[in-house]
Amino acid sequence: MIRFTHVTKEYPRTGIALNDVSFRIGKGEFAFLTGPSGAGKSTILKLVFMEEKPTSGDVRVSGMHASEIKRHEIPLLRRRLGIVFQDFRLLEDRTAAENVAFALEVTGAPRDTIPSRVSRLLTQVGLASKGTSYPRELSGGEQQRVAIARALVNDPMVLIADEPTGNLDDRATRGIFQLLRDINAAGTAVLMATHNLDLVRRSDYRVIEVNRGQIVFDSADSADAAEPLPPTSA
Amino acid sequence: MRLTVREVILGLRRAPLLSALSILTIAFSLFAFGLFGLVALNVSRTLRTIEERVEIRAFIADGTPVEAVSAAVGDIAAFPEVARVDMISPEQALARARKELAEFNDVFDADVLPASLEIRLKPGYRDPKTVQAVAARIRTYTFVDDVRYGEDWVRKLYNIRNVAGATGLVLGIAFAAVAVIIIGSTIRMTVLARAKEISIMRLVGATDGFVRRPFLIDGFVKGVVGGVLALLLAWLAHSLMDRYLIQTTFFDRSMAIVGVVSGGFIGLLGSAVSVGRHLHEV
Ligand SMILES: Nc1ncnc2c1ncn2[C@@H]1O[C@H](COP(=O)(O)OP(=O)(O)OP(=O)(O)O)[C@@H](O)[C@H]1O
Ligand SMILES: [Mg+2]
Repeated sequence: MIRFTHVTKEYPRTGIALNDVSFRIGKGEFAFLTGPSGAGKSTILKLVFMEEKPTSGDVRVSGMHASEIKRHEIPLLRRRLGIVFQDFRLLEDRTAAENVAFALEVTGAPRDTIPSRVSRLLTQVGLASKGTSYPRELSGGEQQRVAIARALVNDPMVLIADEPTGNLDDRATRGIFQLLRDINAAGTAVLMATHNLDLVRRSDYRVIEVNRGQIVFDSADSADAAEPLPPTSA
Repeated sequence: MRLTVREVILGLRRAPLLSALSILTIAFSLFAFGLFGLVALNVSRTLRTIEERVEIRAFIADGTPVEAVSAAVGDIAAFPEVARVDMISPEQALARARKELAEFNDVFDADVLPASLEIRLKPGYRDPKTVQAVAARIRTYTFVDDVRYGEDWVRKLYNIRNVAGATGLVLGIAFAAVAVIIIGSTIRMTVLARAKEISIMRLVGATDGFVRRPFLIDGFVKGVVGGVLALLLAWLAHSLMDRYLIQTTFFDRSMAIVGVVSGGFIGLLGSAVSVGRHLHEV
């Protein structure tokens, strides 16, 4: 579903961010992307939703190749993905429900179906009663739930999360993580970049560790996947 | 659609000053264009009525035999440019002069006025050049004393029309360019103010067209409002001129519509440029 083949990414001014990265993520999988700051985690995720293009190598997501995709096809790809960030990226002048509805309106969903889908999604993320609240009236954890609800509007095949718990305290972090697990259990693959090694250790999901633009560890590669995690440099 | 309308209204409410500025620039550029257009329109309308009266008059020397003149009439009537030729006897000339210039009735005497040929040209052959060429050909008859065709004012009117038209066009284009730039930068400011919204739209899979649409509509609406304003200003100028200077005609309905729609397109172009630039940067 996601496949990187010998991917190298070089930014114009900062130089090489990824160097010969290959991996694949299958349907319904849950994988962590870990590694120190500046390792290239966000770059990998940007390549997945095709905000960036690889300098060389191939990125394939949901059957579309980065090297062949046309600009007007990228929105179609993004509708098959759900994307969540550390800073939530909600519109401040819209309520929780409007923020979720926005994603549906943007993709041309039939108007009359929007309210019921929005309330179903808000219920799914545990915010059934907060639909009319504005982002500033919500806690960080709640805002992230709104962002997740928005990411789920199109029933994505995979949820891309770039440090979704980076701004949250422990309790909220556990809540969001549990929500992501539930989403994964319902069949959506999750690719999540994180610094939170607690989360990583406490679950037995796949771990891909990146350092200086290269994959230095992938728990799916080790034949004995039960092996404990190696010490990380983060 | 409702979303789009909402975005346009939001855009107006978010930046009322900038919106007003864009509308006014479009209005003034079209107004300048319209003023010169009005002058050109009126001059060319006058020209057309005068043109219908354009005639060449060939004065015939005294004592020319009638047969020679009739033969010449036949020749001249066969010129491709000529619609008709009339022979005016001294008596007819006198009668006409008396009628047209009643105050000077006593001055005229039958012998003062020479016989003449009155030559009218077909439509399309009434411009100064053709008139001059035909006149020159008529002058070659030996019995023709003199040929007159009001060369000066025909040429002057043509010049006025051409200058007014060209000035209006040049100024209009210059103002339109300024309008495109100004509306482009005002919309650019709105685009930048909404950069976060745009980036979220793109993140959740909005197409470029969807992102662009509210801005294009915004620009088009501002342009149309500017166009209507320009039309009002031009109409005001026209009524003042009508009242205090000379009778003029105003644009007909289709011209007015073209003017307003061009305002819309100026706005559309300005927005398209600035939104396109933004989308290419992200
Ligand atoms: N848009 C960009 N332009 C230029 N260089 C960039 C850009 N984005 C990232 N980089 C560079 O690429 C490298 C990898 O950055 P990236 O954001 O992928 O790291 P990361 O693993 O997500 O780090 P963090 O954990 O701090 O978020 C860094 O050296 C960074 O400076
Ligand atoms: Mg990052």
